[in-house]
Amino acid sequence: MADEIELKTAPADFRFPTTNQTRHCFTRYIEFHRCLAAKGEESNECERFAKYYRSLCPGEWIERWNEQRENGTFPGPL
Amino acid sequence: MIVLEWLFLTIAPCDAAEPWQLGSQDAASPMMQGIMDLHHDIFFFLILILVFVLRILVRALWHFHYQKNPIPQRIVHGTTIEILRTIFPSIIPMFIAIPSFALLYSMDEVVVDPAITIKAIGHQWYRTYEYSDYNSSDEESLTFDSYTIPEDDLELGQSRLLEVDNRVVVPAKTHLRIIVTSADVPHSWAVPSSGVKCDAVPGRLNQISISVQREGVYYGQCSEICGTNHAFTRAPGNIGRLLSPLWLSRTTPGASHPRSKLLQRAAGAVGSQGARQ
Repeated sequence: MADEIELKTAPADFRFPTTNQTRHCFTRYIEFHRCLAAKGEESNECERFAKYYRSLCPGEWIERWNEQRENGTFPGPL
Repeated sequence: MIVLEWLFLTIAPCDAAEPWQLGSQDAASPMMQGIMDLHHDIFFFLILILVFVLRILVRALWHFHYQKNPIPQRIVHGTTIEILRTIFPSIIPMFIAIPSFALLYSMDEVVVDPAITIKAIGHQWYRTYEYSDYNSSDEESLTFDSYTIPEDDLELGQSRLLEVDNRVVVPAKTHLRIIVTSADVPHSWAVPSSGVKCDAVPGRLNQISISVQREGVYYGQCSEICGTNHAFTRAPGNIGRLLSPLWLSRTTPGASHPRSKLLQRAAGAVGSQGARQ
């Protein structure tokens, strides 16, 4: 009630202009982990991607992908 | 005061179909208003054509009487009328196509970045909603399930098979992005008042962009056969409660989660700490 709230979410990505946003969610997830691999664990840049994929992807998908990454079976170009 | 407002809006049904309703529900978004306008445009031409064709048909039947008109005319050609009856019906669809394509392409355009993303996940036979914009880790989404209230548990004034226990709460006059998907079989998420219907396909995220222009409670139903209780699944789990100023004022800023009391009360969120089935 005190401060101005800023409503923010993953912006509309011109790479994915259509209704099907499955690839959008997947791409953001991969971008986040590639960013982590490139820049290390603590980086504001990477946090941005994290917010995006968390907004877009259902929690179950994220859990499954996290497990797959831990098992080494993640089917994406990390 | 707020409690009174809540009570009133909870019990008084709004934006649901009336018994024996033929027309559309009141529009709550510009998309629905566009759809209704297009419908009126097309209906005008439809009535014109209908009256014209019926007139010709009835007149021909009426005069085809062996005593009143014993000698029927045998006309097989007529160049002028043939040209007219080809040109004229091809102009009418042009008049229909112009507003139709205009609406179709404008519905697809997402001009403004959405302000909030809500995920609607269909299950057999309920909905799960996730609000994840303010997570600071993978675990913290505000998530809740939305079940249709069974008939025995309804209060006086509530709509049968439309009310749910936890409604989706959404800010009014805000560009929303709703991501619709399913966890098991195909469902479909529809809210007629907002002109929204989107299939929930497992393994696929479908995005719809809406902006609801007025506060209120909107209802919708599952629109894709999904098993035994398909008729008893509420699609949006009824989009509740668009409270623009209240939402903004109660959502804690910059916090990692929208665990505002208002949202919790509105959502009736059970276990909003990310606990879900």
